[in-house]
Amino acid sequence: MIPPVLAAEGLHKSFGGVQAVADVSLAVAGGELLALIGPNGAGKSTCFNLINGQLRPDRGRVRLRGRDITGLAPRRIWRLGVGRTFQITATFGSLSVLQNVQMALLSHAGRAFDLLGQVPREDPAPALALLERVGMAEQAGRPCGVLAYGDLKRVELAVALAHGPALLLMDEPTAGMAPAERAALMALTARLARESGIAVLFTEHDMGVVFGHADRILVLDRGRVIAEGPPDAVRGDARVRAVYLGGMEVP
Amino acid sequence: MWQDLLAQSLSGLATASSLFLVASGLTVIFGVTRIVNFAHGSLYMLGAYLAWTLVGALPRGHLGFWGGVLLAVLIVGVIGVLIEVLLLRRIYKSPELFQLLATFGVVLIVQDVALWIWGPQDLLGPRAPGLRGAVDIFGARFPLYDLFLICVGPVVLGLLWLLFHRTRWGTRVRAATADREMVGALGVNQRLLFTTVFFLGAALAGLGGALQLPRESVNLQMDLAIIAEAFVVVVIGGLGSLPGAFLAALLIGQMQAFGILIFPKITLVLVFLVMAVVLILRPYGLLGRPPATAHAAPAIEPPYGPPSRALRVIGLVGLAAALVVPPLMGEFALIVFTEIAIMVLFAASLHFIMGPGGMVSFGHAAYFGMGAYGAALLTAHFAAPMEAGLLAAPLVAGLAGAVFGFFCVRLSGVYAAMLTLAFAQIAWSTAFQWIELTGGDNGILGVWPSDWAAPKLTFYYLALGLCVGATLLLRRSIFSPFGMAMRAQRDSPLRAEAIGLDGFRIRWVAFILAAVAAGIAGGLFAYAKGSVFPSVMAIPRSVDALVMVLLGGVQTVSGPIIGALAFTWAHEQLMRAFEMWRLLLGLLIVALVLFFPQGLAGAAQRLAGRRAP
Repeated sequence: MIPPVLAAEGLHKSFGGVQAVADVSLAVAGGELLALIGPNGAGKSTCFNLINGQLRPDRGRVRLRGRDITGLAPRRIWRLGVGRTFQITATFGSLSVLQNVQMALLSHAGRAFDLLGQVPREDPAPALALLERVGMAEQAGRPCGVLAYGDLKRVELAVALAHGPALLLMDEPTAGMAPAERAALMALTARLARESGIAVLFTEHDMGVVFGHADRILVLDRGRVIAEGPPDAVRGDARVRAVYLGGMEVP
Repeated sequence: MWQDLLAQSLSGLATASSLFLVASGLTVIFGVTRIVNFAHGSLYMLGAYLAWTLVGALPRGHLGFWGGVLLAVLIVGVIGVLIEVLLLRRIYKSPELFQLLATFGVVLIVQDVALWIWGPQDLLGPRAPGLRGAVDIFGARFPLYDLFLICVGPVVLGLLWLLFHRTRWGTRVRAATADREMVGALGVNQRLLFTTVFFLGAALAGLGGALQLPRESVNLQMDLAIIAEAFVVVVIGGLGSLPGAFLAALLIGQMQAFGILIFPKITLVLVFLVMAVVLILRPYGLLGRPPATAHAAPAIEPPYGPPSRALRVIGLVGLAAALVVPPLMGEFALIVFTEIAIMVLFAASLHFIMGPGGMVSFGHAAYFGMGAYGAALLTAHFAAPMEAGLLAAPLVAGLAGAVFGFFCVRLSGVYAAMLTLAFAQIAWSTAFQWIELTGGDNGILGVWPSDWAAPKLTFYYLALGLCVGATLLLRRSIFSPFGMAMRAQRDSPLRAEAIGLDGFRIRWVAFILAAVAAGIAGGLFAYAKGSVFPSVMAIPRSVDALVMVLLGGVQTVSGPIIGALAFTWAHEQLMRAFEMWRLLLGLLIVALVLFFPQGLAGAAQRLAGRRAP
């Protein structure tokens, strides 16, 4: 049997007696979009950080394509084929859009300590191709520091895709964007993921985005998984409705 | 024997009290304003000088002495308020390095003003009335005044505790120390709070200085001597923590007292070594806490582009002038030209880590000095030729950069500034105190170039070639993948880590490269002067480098070159034309921080940008 791209098994994490994540298991296959949702304080961020290496679980394992990556530094997890985007975009503000992507490509090529090469003389084609995929090629020459927020999100996506990852971790991918932009970004992400067979795990507050684009949804409450399944099944789940208590409309 | 130890320990306690007075003011000011006030030692010195004048002018006796001390303390407090209102209030949001530099500008200004008012000679103050004699403690004679000082420390700590815990003002100060923005949001008048805190801090420094009057002579070296120790105390205790400062003052006081008995040769090194160890193991000090609010993020700088045509032409013309003009000049001009070439490389090496690397260094002179001493020691002890010395210089400096940098690049902001300063002081005090090896204050003489390079013009071309070559290599590497990785980890550590970049290793390698480049400059400097003194790695030289970088503009690649040219030339002119060149330099630094934070190159860029549509 081929292992899923990402498999988390029995993750536990507590902070000074507070159980933030308890016995969470999940799996994402290539080309699939899994949304991680739950009310505030449900443990989404903790769960996310256990998977991306920011935090080390007290118990449980994280496997990438069958390989144990539990507790590895984010840098090493990236090397094994995991791209990330952040809730508040993180790009290099004083580099151009093109250079942001080039930097990721150079790092992937193991050239971060290359003192002799000259970046302006590098072939821009591979970076431009990535920017083309997210629709940012026209702005390749602009510094990231002056871009509109929605454009920054797309640059971040191109950077995250630069090393041809098997898994994409997206923390609140549409936070801070206008509603119209949100749908467009998620449609783009879904298309890219399916084209290249990338597994996508994302957290999200916008239920429209979640139910419109995720293949499966995993609902957390107080650190535990209370429901998991395709959008229609989760929508009808009585416990999910109880947790959200009408505080948030489930469409 | 044990009586001696007791006496030594008591003397250490007296020192600790004085140290605590200065350090408490420093730490209270830092707690609220997040500014490390370099000029705090100057306030201490002014306290001593003012007390000397006032006690002398007032009638003898208790009233005259204590009245004079009190008056001096109040005047120093008012001077502190002036500094706060005129200067610091305008730079609370600037990067730490600018703040440190601006207050160092005040140090320079006060030095020349004190020299002008009180003259260069040491001044001896009167004994304190009623506390003149000595007491017998288990057979050891101990000055009564020192016993009095021992009591002052805990009393002041107690009074400050009452002030901070039993008054509304104190509660506000503590709240502001914990979370400045929140206190502002709650509607507390921050301006008034900051100004009054500054008054208190300055007055404490003035008290420390004034109370030294019966103990030691008043002189112009007091400011930097005490500020270095006060930094150590405050950093060990934890920036912003009063009990921490008290504890650390006791520790340092005892270390100095017993250090003189046990390791007389390394007393200075010991103190800074302890500070470095504390910063490495507990960056926030023994009793300090990590700051609740992060400092304002540095402004995003414009991307580096390839040099414009105009810049290329200017560069080529400048280089051509540097090649053609000197043979027409006299010997003195050649010496100045050589020094300018060396300083360009020195400044470029600091800019390399500050600009693209986004690091902070307040002790870059260490690597310049290591280069100079590396070359000079080889010459003095092994009669090595200049070629070997110039090869050794970058190696020694690079090695020091690898060891010191390993620790420094893990910290940021004011803590990184303090650790780089501590390492530079370790290097400086080693050179100063290890007399057998380095000749101490007398330096190493007879470090002359090889015969072929002995003519001033030849040596100038040698220095020009090496410095321009190394500067261009540094500049070129800013555009290399590594240079871009440096900027990447500076802009967003989070994103850098998420694309596999190891920020620590990138900063470390950059630090070593900068040290190597500074070492080349230092080695050339040794042969240019024919001698080396500990001052090559003293604080003022680190400041020189900072001023050059900031004068040129830290956000531009050509900035350090322009800054070094302008600064070295201006420095030379000022020193020749004016007695009080330090005053002018201090004013220049203050003006730079206040009005041209982006430097000359930055201002030129903005001007050019405004003209273009």
